[in-house]
Order: sequence, then C-alpha cells, then structure tokens
Amino acid sequence: MYRYDAIDRAIVEARVAEFRDQVERRLSGALDEEHFKPLRLKNGLYLQLHAYMLRVAIPYGMLSSRQLRMLAHVARRYDRGYGHFTTRQNIQYNWIRLEEAPDLLADLASVEMHAIQTSGNCIRNISADQYAGAAADEVADPRPWAELLRQWSSFHPEFSYLPRKFKIAVTGSATDRAAIRFHDIGLQLVRDGGGALGFRVFVGGGMGRTPFVGPLIRDFLPAAEFLSYCEAILRVYNRFGRRDNIYKARIKILVHDLGAEEFARAVEAEHAHVRTLGIDAPEAEVARIAAFFADPPFAGGLPDTVDDGGDPAFSRWLRRQVKPHKVPGYRIVNVSLKPRGGIPGDASAEQMEAVADLAERHSFDEVRVTHAQNLVLAHVPAADLRAVFDGLAAVGLAEANLDLATDVISCPGLDYCTLANARSIPVAMKVAERLRDREAELGELKIKVSGCINACGHHHAGHIGILGVDRKGVENYQLLLGGSGAEDASIAQILGPGFTEDGVVAAVATVTDVYLRERQAGERFLDTFRRIGAKPFKEAVYG
Amino acid sequence: MKLATGNVARTGEVIWWAGDRWSPDVAEAVLLAPAEGEALLAREAVAEQVNDLALVDAEPGPDGRPRPLHVRERIRAFGPTVRPDLGRAGRDWR
Repeated sequence: MYRYDAIDRAIVEARVAEFRDQVERRLSGALDEEHFKPLRLKNGLYLQLHAYMLRVAIPYGMLSSRQLRMLAHVARRYDRGYGHFTTRQNIQYNWIRLEEAPDLLADLASVEMHAIQTSGNCIRNISADQYAGAAADEVADPRPWAELLRQWSSFHPEFSYLPRKFKIAVTGSATDRAAIRFHDIGLQLVRDGGGALGFRVFVGGGMGRTPFVGPLIRDFLPAAEFLSYCEAILRVYNRFGRRDNIYKARIKILVHDLGAEEFARAVEAEHAHVRTLGIDAPEAEVARIAAFFADPPFAGGLPDTVDDGGDPAFSRWLRRQVKPHKVPGYRIVNVSLKPRGGIPGDASAEQMEAVADLAERHSFDEVRVTHAQNLVLAHVPAADLRAVFDGLAAVGLAEANLDLATDVISCPGLDYCTLANARSIPVAMKVAERLRDREAELGELKIKVSGCINACGHHHAGHIGILGVDRKGVENYQLLLGGSGAEDASIAQILGPGFTEDGVVAAVATVTDVYLRERQAGERFLDTFRRIGAKPFKEAVYG
Repeated sequence: MKLATGNVARTGEVIWWAGDRWSPDVAEAVLLAPAEGEALLAREAVAEQVNDLALVDAEPGPDGRPRPLHVRERIRAFGPTVRPDLGRAGRDWR
C-alpha cells in the first residue's frame, strides 16, 4: 500500500501543529467560535448532538493492520471504545473532546492518517472498489489512480472553496462495488480495442435532496490525460456551479441544468487548454505510485479447495462472505459489521484489533472498508479460511449476511447527528430482526436507511430504502423501492405516505411478502420490482 | 416554557442551564420564560465557553423534572437511544 514520503509527512505534521495552536487559541479565548468553526471543520471535527465528532479519512478504504490498531487506540483512548465506519469508507468517532483533538491527530499522523478534507466544500476522501487488486473480474487496479487523485486534490488551492463538497469514486471492474454513478465523478477503468488503459467518466451523480444517476460524459479517457481531465471538470464546476443556493450547488444540478452533452462539451473545451499545462502525471510518477500497489508475494500452488468439515455455520459463512480471488488458492473475505443486535458499521476497539491481527496473519497485513459499512480481508489463503472464521467468531463478527436483508446500511441518524430528522439505526436494527428468519429465502436484498434527506444512508440506492423525516415534531418514515447503487444504478421511488417506526418495519415485511409471491426463477427483489412495478407493492402496503 | 442548552466548547459535553450554573444533567435544569432565556443566551454568548447555545421547548415531566418536548433534545439529554449504556442511567428518552 502507499506509504508517505517526506513531503506527505511534513504536510500532515505541520497541519497537526497548526491545529494545536488553533485549539489553544480557541480555549484561551483568543479565537471565538465563529472564526474557529471553519478551522476545526477543515480538520474533520464537527459538533454533533452529544459531543464533537471526528471523521477520519481512510483513502480508498484501505488500512494496514498498524493503522487499524491505531483506530482502535483512538476509540479506546479518546472516545468510548468504538468507532463507526461510514458509507464513504471513513470512520467517525462520536465522543471526542476538543482539548484532546490535537493529541489524537498527532497519534493518527504517526501512522500516516489524518482528517483533512473530510468536511467542507472541497474534494473529499477518494473512494474505491474494496476488492481492488484482488477481484477476479478486474480490468486494472483502481488504487494507483485513486492515490494520484488524493495527491492532486490534497490542498489543491483552486478547489478549496468549491460551490459544494465533491466526491470521487474509482473502480477497476465492470461490476460496480463503489457506487460510482452516485458520485460527483465516477471513474471506471476500461481498455479500448487496442488494449490501452483508460476511463469511462461519469459526472453529476449524487443522492441527497435531488438524486441523480451520473451520466456518461466521456466513453474513453486515455489514462495519460486522467488528471488534466478531472481538473477540467472541476474548473467548469467551479466556474459555473451555483453558489447562491446551497440546495442547488452540487455539480449534479449543473450537469442536469446544462444537459450532459453541453456539460461534456464545456469540459472538453476546458480540457483542450488544461491538457497543455503539464498537470498530468508523468509516466514515471504513475509507475512509482503503482509500485506501492503491486501484488503482495502470493504463494504459488496453494490448495484451491476448502473443506467445511461439516460445520453448518462455517459452511454458510464460506458461501456468503467469501468471494473468488484473481490468484488460485486465495479468497476475498468479507467481514460483516452487521452482527445480530449490532449497530450497522460500528466496531469496538477489541473487534478492530482482532481484525488487524487476522489481517496481519492471513491477508498480507491489509484491511479494506466498504461503502456498505463492512470490512474486507482481500488476500486470504483458502487454507486459512477456517482460522479467519474462528478469529472473527471470537469477537462476534462471523455473521454470514453479505448483501442479505440483515446487511442493512444506516447513517448515524438522530441518535448522533445534528442534521438528522429521525433515528435511523433503531429502524435498521428492527428491520434486520424482522427479516432475519427469512433472509436466506429472500436472497440479495439491499436495505438502506437514512435519517434525513441528505441520504448518508444511501436510501435512494436501496432495493428497499427508508427515509426518516420530521412530521410536526414526530419521527416519520418514507418507504422507497427499486434503487440500486451497482452497475444497474437506479433511483428508488417513494411508495406512498409515510409510517411510524413500527409501521415502516411492518411495511418492509409486507413488500418482501409480495416479492416472494410474485418472483420468477432467479429474480432478486429488485428484478421483480422492475418487472411488475410499484402497484402490487402499493396495494399490499396501503390496501 | 424553555430550557437553555448548549455544548461545552472545551469538551463538547451537552449542558443545561440550572439557574446559577450549567449542568450536564437535564434533571437539574430550570424552565425559563422565553424572554428570560433570550437574555441568558445573550449573556452567555459573550463568554464564548458554550457552543450552539439554544432555547428549546420543554415542560415539566411526570416526575416534575423538566422534559424537552422534541425527541432530538431528549436524545441530547439522555444519550443515544441505541446505546443506553452511554447515556444517563435510568433515564428514558421517550
């Protein structure tokens, strides 16, 4: 994985020192909150319902064991023993004290981590496919390109005050595990007819108040022009994006208003100039970065079969959580952070340390965070799967529910977040419990819960989405059906009037009844919904 | 009636105005008339020790202690509903 050079290290350490001084001035009264707030937000420190919340960037969701152990240390030393992995592959801590934040950031810096650009109207953490470098279906590894984007976008002076925040996702597979079409820029690595590497470029996707699936604006962007083209997109957005209305300031609104073709034309025109400025990384620099993501020393000739030993729990876990690897004898292991009765995405310090130990022993010392709030051990020898399963089971993380009904995505909601209108976690937990006994029968079913219209829980992209709203001071929940964040991206549609907390749980059970009644062979919930439409579901729910 | 509330700038802790001081326990808070609350907030804002100062609607609860009317403020007062172990023991957010 990428390691900081002297410049990276100096930048991050200088930033910690700068923030330490700013905090001291705030606490001494030399700096008032009005002037301090933008400074703490630039370091990922929000004030939430119960305390300060720190959002730590996990570049393209990738961690070393050492870094994950540090996240556990932060949870134990500075928080209340746990952290929350988010839908942007980051981690958030909910109980941070301002006076301790500089020490916390210094600890993070010691393992090449920080919280810079995890807030504000700038380019946020770059996200990527969690199976990068391991997936059997991969065209090319997205991580070198994501790292290039990270370096280009860090402290980019021109893009520090964009009209709104800006999120970029990169994938190297046709199977979209990074929800690229719901990002401001979504990049898919492809090869042209001659075998040259390039990108399909999607711009203007997003969720929130006005959801859009990002349209394709460039069918093949040569890899060599990658950065200059991104620069051109950002320049067009920075110049023409609206700053008069926060609800219309994201690039998706600009792309929608102009139309994808006109937006693409503007980008091409800008790119014709930008490409002459020497922004693109030289081949040698791309190769230098790519070398950090070279394959680990995979062993050849490992046994490629796994014996479940007749253990039903291990057998279930193997079928559900373990995916093919590009190298024979290895597997990708998905670690569920949705244990029975657990809070989606939460992990205790002890669980983080256990996963770090397993990664060190069995997966070349690395861990991935997924946008579905789970973890991944990307390179596990097939012969080690039993040991990994046992290790996960010992800390309550051996649930076999990947992409099933109990693998619910949820934002923190009103239990923690100042923006939320309703609680999302309890609804996610109740839905999971209600569907648990039938989840195997239901098959792939992606349920996503948000506590407000900002859609951090990705409800627009749920096969079943739930949106919490405030109705005259009372929590109310809308039910949406038919969304997808995968390569068949679509936006879920609201089914009808909202429900109470228990009412929406019952309604979710009802729509799954309709699916089981109506489905044809091989159909997922989403497929059945797309074939028969909303009407049968609406009739069943609302009578 | 209103409760005055905010978060301690130094720690982020939720606090409530208890008549002569700030308290982390909403049970110690005092109900204020709106004008009284506005005057308090104006005074406290100058000190810059409390962030997100606000007046929130409240009424006496069944036990006579102040109870915020909105679920958001009850969650602030009693802790995350999904982690009762982290909230104020024995207090029901409902």
